[in-house]
Amino acid sequence: MCPAQRDPKSPERRGFFKEALSVLIGGVISLVPVAAGITVFFDPLRRNKAKGGGAIRVASLSALRDIGVPQKFPVISSRVDAWNKYPQTPIGAVYLMKTDDKTIKALNVACPHAGCFVDYNADRNTYLCPCHNSSFALDGTVRDPKSPSPRALDELKVEVRDGEIFVHFQNFRAGVAEKIPEA
Amino acid sequence: MIKRLFDWLEHRTGHASLLKEALYENIPGGARWRYIWGSTLTFALFVQFVTGVFLWMHYVPGSNNAWESVYYIQNEMMGGWLLRGLHHFTAQAMTVLLLLHLMQVVIDGAYKAPREVNFWFGVVLLMLTLGLSLTGYLLPWDQKGFWATKVATNILGITPIVGPAMQKLVIGGPDYGHHTLTRFFALHAGVLPGAIIALLAGHIYLFRKHGITAKQPLRKPDTAFWPDQVLKDAVACLAVLVVILFFILRYHGPDLGAPADPSEPYSAARPEWYFLFLFQFLKYFPGGTEIWGAIVIPTILMGALIAMPIFGRWKLGHRFNVGFLFALVAGAALLTYLAKNEDSKNADYVVAVKQAEEDAKRVKELAQSPLGIPPAGAVTLLRSDAFTQGPKLFAKNCANCHRYGSGDGMGGKPKGDPSASNLKDFGSREWLTEFLKPENVDNVHFLGATKFKDGKMVKFVKKSVANFSADEKEQLKKVVMAVSAEAHLKLQEGADARDVAAIEEGRKLIATESMRCTECHQFQKKDEDATAPLLTGYGSRDWIVGIINNPKHEKYYGDRNDRMPAFGADKMLDETQIGLIADWLRHDWYEPAQTAAK
Repeated sequence: MCPAQRDPKSPERRGFFKEALSVLIGGVISLVPVAAGITVFFDPLRRNKAKGGGAIRVASLSALRDIGVPQKFPVISSRVDAWNKYPQTPIGAVYLMKTDDKTIKALNVACPHAGCFVDYNADRNTYLCPCHNSSFALDGTVRDPKSPSPRALDELKVEVRDGEIFVHFQNFRAGVAEKIPEA
Repeated sequence: MIKRLFDWLEHRTGHASLLKEALYENIPGGARWRYIWGSTLTFALFVQFVTGVFLWMHYVPGSNNAWESVYYIQNEMMGGWLLRGLHHFTAQAMTVLLLLHLMQVVIDGAYKAPREVNFWFGVVLLMLTLGLSLTGYLLPWDQKGFWATKVATNILGITPIVGPAMQKLVIGGPDYGHHTLTRFFALHAGVLPGAIIALLAGHIYLFRKHGITAKQPLRKPDTAFWPDQVLKDAVACLAVLVVILFFILRYHGPDLGAPADPSEPYSAARPEWYFLFLFQFLKYFPGGTEIWGAIVIPTILMGALIAMPIFGRWKLGHRFNVGFLFALVAGAALLTYLAKNEDSKNADYVVAVKQAEEDAKRVKELAQSPLGIPPAGAVTLLRSDAFTQGPKLFAKNCANCHRYGSGDGMGGKPKGDPSASNLKDFGSREWLTEFLKPENVDNVHFLGATKFKDGKMVKFVKKSVANFSADEKEQLKKVVMAVSAEAHLKLQEGADARDVAAIEEGRKLIATESMRCTECHQFQKKDEDATAPLLTGYGSRDWIVGIINNPKHEKYYGDRNDRMPAFGADKMLDETQIGLIADWLRHDWYEPAQTAAK
């Protein structure tokens, strides 16, 4: 029993006590389902991409024909999508180009501006983003200074072992000048 | 400043007067506990909407992903078990609260003129809520929901004339599949909740229009809804929530059975507990008359409920209504009790429930294994799991003649005596050691019940082995190690690695004069005259698969085969099934790291 209830002279205080208690209880019980939902809603923040950078075999050296001509290859690796695990599935793509007989240049196909899939235009010998018209030279640098892309195409580390090309595949954050690996 | 803003808003929306009207409704005779039920139901509905929307964000209504997404919410997502628990147990609570609300309305005569229409609104709301329960039960796409819902839709199918067409429409085709889930989900998350909101608005509007049906005699002066009744309602809602939370914590969220599998019988199928009375009722209607139990009588009873406001006009009508409702509730309670009671005494059902729990536990282990859930869905995990399928296949195909320990591998006891060797730990050192004991070789666990009872092997063990010198006994031990190592058993990996030298010695001993194995068996060398099963790879996966496939093959018994069928060659079992039996006999299945460490 609340002391206010024993005091007949202050019905207002008693009323206030009841009002406050009603609001309190009502608030708490309404919050429980909302809080449970919000907790689950924020679960994605706990999840990070599997650590990239491991070398993935992308193609055989013999698949690259001419020096200075980029060719597109899918990057096949295992991927986790919430509950599903895919052992071998495309997780992205790269342009591979022989710069001389021994060295290979690998560029991630994603435009650093907003992540669109960049096309290679053989006639103009340039990479062109179909979304916002960024253009890149064959070495990946921004060609047209009016391009909205904040940086060059993302170059990836390449290794050649026994005639096979391995790429350390990695995506980088779009829209910023620095090359920041996506977590 | 704030006041001016509120005034401005009030002019344009009238929110303050609306709120005032909502809060200051008159309650004749003061606030009372008996008026709380409507509010608790509204609260429960609020919980269902909130939790439902968040579940919706993570649920996939497709037959390869529904179970998987629920599994993920329940076991992988932060707080997922609590969210699902709230939704699941609030649904149960709603059924109870609906009944209490209905009883209070009928007992207090709140269905009488001029409140008939509102009563009917309530009855429709009741049915819609039960519809939510029914549709929601299927969505996790586990064995329990799948088979129970199948029964419900098959019952729908017996409706005269339109039944089969209606059934097809409800399940979205001739069979359960993707469209059953999309349709049930749209009903569950769209159509039914939408209808409930609309009807609830009408229900509350009509309730306000006619005012509360005050319980006579009035005990206190009138009060307003706010804050006296609101406080009572809030306390009641809190109590409901506490009960729900208690159940969630007690069971750590709702259970999730093994994924739905139309090829896997599920004898533990039962509807949710509040539908058990209907399930039980149906048992009393012999074949051909089930339409009475499933449709006609429930419809008549529902009709009587709807007609309550009309009955109520007659002199004894109210008493009849109250009596009818109590009879209905008592009848349902009795049927529920009978259903529970029958099940608890039904040994098969108890076994089925236990099996269902084991499958549910196992599939969770497999889903959490490094291989995870394949794109074809978690149902394939159990189907290709030797630990789950091995005993079932053994009990069905092998246990007629063979035993596994003292039973059929599933914990059952086959009738009659075995007529072939016991296959528990087949190929292990223990098994071979026991087999080679003179007192064992011709008992029913080994060759005693086969046509080889008086054969060369038995004679060899009974005469030669029985008279082995201490040296020869040591040699035999090494032979056992060598033969057993051929099996490459996972459980014996450690021992095999430790005893490399002894195994190597044993291999050489197999062909010696004193051990005499190669007189009948082949071991590593081709021998056209061999008459007994091959010892190369004895007990290995290939060896076991081969003998199940065809024991008449020259590698095994050839023409001397006793009664063992050629399960593979004669197409009684397929390759996968034979492989599962072999893996299971060899204890070769996935173990979660924790258990494996033991």
